[in-house]
Amino acid sequence: MDFPEELKYTEEHEWVLLEGDLVSIGITDFAQDQLGDVVFVELPEVGDRVELGKAFGVVESVKAVSDIYAPLAGEVVEVNTELPDAPEMINTSPYEDGWMIRIKPDDPSELEELMDASDYQDFVEEE
Amino acid sequence: MKKTVLNQVHRDLGARMVEFGGWDMPVQYTGVIAEHLAVRSAAGLFDVSHMGEFEVSGPDAFAFLQYASINDLSVLVDGQVQYSALCYPDGGIVDDITLYRFAAEKYMLCVNAANIDKDFAWLQSLAAQKNGNFQLTNRSADYAQLALQGPTAAVILSSLTSADLLSLKTYHFCTADVAGLSMLISRTGYTGEDGFELYCQPKDAESLWQKLMEQGTPYGLVPVGLGARDTLRLEKAYALYGHELSAEVLPLEARLGWITKLEKSDFCGRSALLKAKSGGIRRQLIGLRLTQPGVPREQYVVRLAGRDVGVVTSGTMSPSSRQGIALALVDTNVAASDESFSIVIRGREVSAEKVKLPFV
Repeated sequence: MDFPEELKYTEEHEWVLLEGDLVSIGITDFAQDQLGDVVFVELPEVGDRVELGKAFGVVESVKAVSDIYAPLAGEVVEVNTELPDAPEMINTSPYEDGWMIRIKPDDPSELEELMDASDYQDFVEEE
Repeated sequence: MKKTVLNQVHRDLGARMVEFGGWDMPVQYTGVIAEHLAVRSAAGLFDVSHMGEFEVSGPDAFAFLQYASINDLSVLVDGQVQYSALCYPDGGIVDDITLYRFAAEKYMLCVNAANIDKDFAWLQSLAAQKNGNFQLTNRSADYAQLALQGPTAAVILSSLTSADLLSLKTYHFCTADVAGLSMLISRTGYTGEDGFELYCQPKDAESLWQKLMEQGTPYGLVPVGLGARDTLRLEKAYALYGHELSAEVLPLEARLGWITKLEKSDFCGRSALLKAKSGGIRRQLIGLRLTQPGVPREQYVVRLAGRDVGVVTSGTMSPSSRQGIALALVDTNVAASDESFSIVIRGREVSAEKVKLPFV
């Protein structure tokens, strides 16, 4: 199980990476492992707004449907368009090829509310 | 939660365990899709020891089972297996079963794990009404059951037994030794592939599992969990109790007309089913395939021309075709429609076409 140091994490098992003034979002290695084989992804479109704590997309495995929640509010500036045709990338590369969206956050300080890698690892171990 | 004798074997293999019908069972070992495809291309080994077994024996066993089940036992010979179902007097389904004929006066029923207690109580109540000379015994604790399924299953099993598998036809069984252990070899399964269900003593199950894995690994044999068991049966449009079948569903609605022998002697549920048939069957189970991306799921609404016409009973993304597939119970008057159906997924209508079953 992988918990990259440079990422921030949510209790709903999303990861967040701040790059310049943009934020990339995906689901964690733990989340993809719990889901099993991912077979379908539904993502917002460029220009859509995402709201803190609100679902912005859906990821489905063979057995389960799971909402993906926005770790912070902002505007979608980029979407991983390869994902709908190759949703298994979320299983094989959750932190890289499996990224979902990039947003321009309204308030980057919302990031400070999120867990760092070691806090998230502790959180997962209690799950 | 109940555990099969192989519980520790699954845990040692790193299986993800889930509760299923009151049992702690492996849902997957490596992944549902890989396990599914292994069964289609090579072989898979399933622990299905949670299934129940009842024995019915005695001079009136035949007459009792002919009354209790909807298929016709009179066509069976010793060593033959029959797919059948038990119905309530109103025609609703108690359970779907496989029925084994050992001899004219000895039979075994294999029933769904979650229904063992319900089915046994039901059969006991029927037996009390019938008052014949036969014994009904719940033998579920006396059997473990492994399913060896897939195109290489026969090669794997033949290396471990002297039983003549070449002459063991589908839906027949024999008693034989496998890896030196005595068991029932039944050429049956729930995957649509060639394969065997092996009924052994619980004390022998672990040894049998290990021997099969040892012999089978070179032939592509992998352990398979309940996740792929479900996707495999759904691709072949096999019904699952609690989804396609229930006390609220008639066998004639659920594509089980072929095992509903209304012309045989009286059986429990027959008059209700005859009445339903003459009055017209209200619903039909059909197969739908999404023509757009998406995954249909149980309870999703099915629409035709904007009107709700039924519900999905089972749905998944087919690992073989990578398309969303569903069995759905719909109004009979639209079941034959050539128009495009839709399935409502999270409030959005996703197009689906009716397809001939099985899906693969």
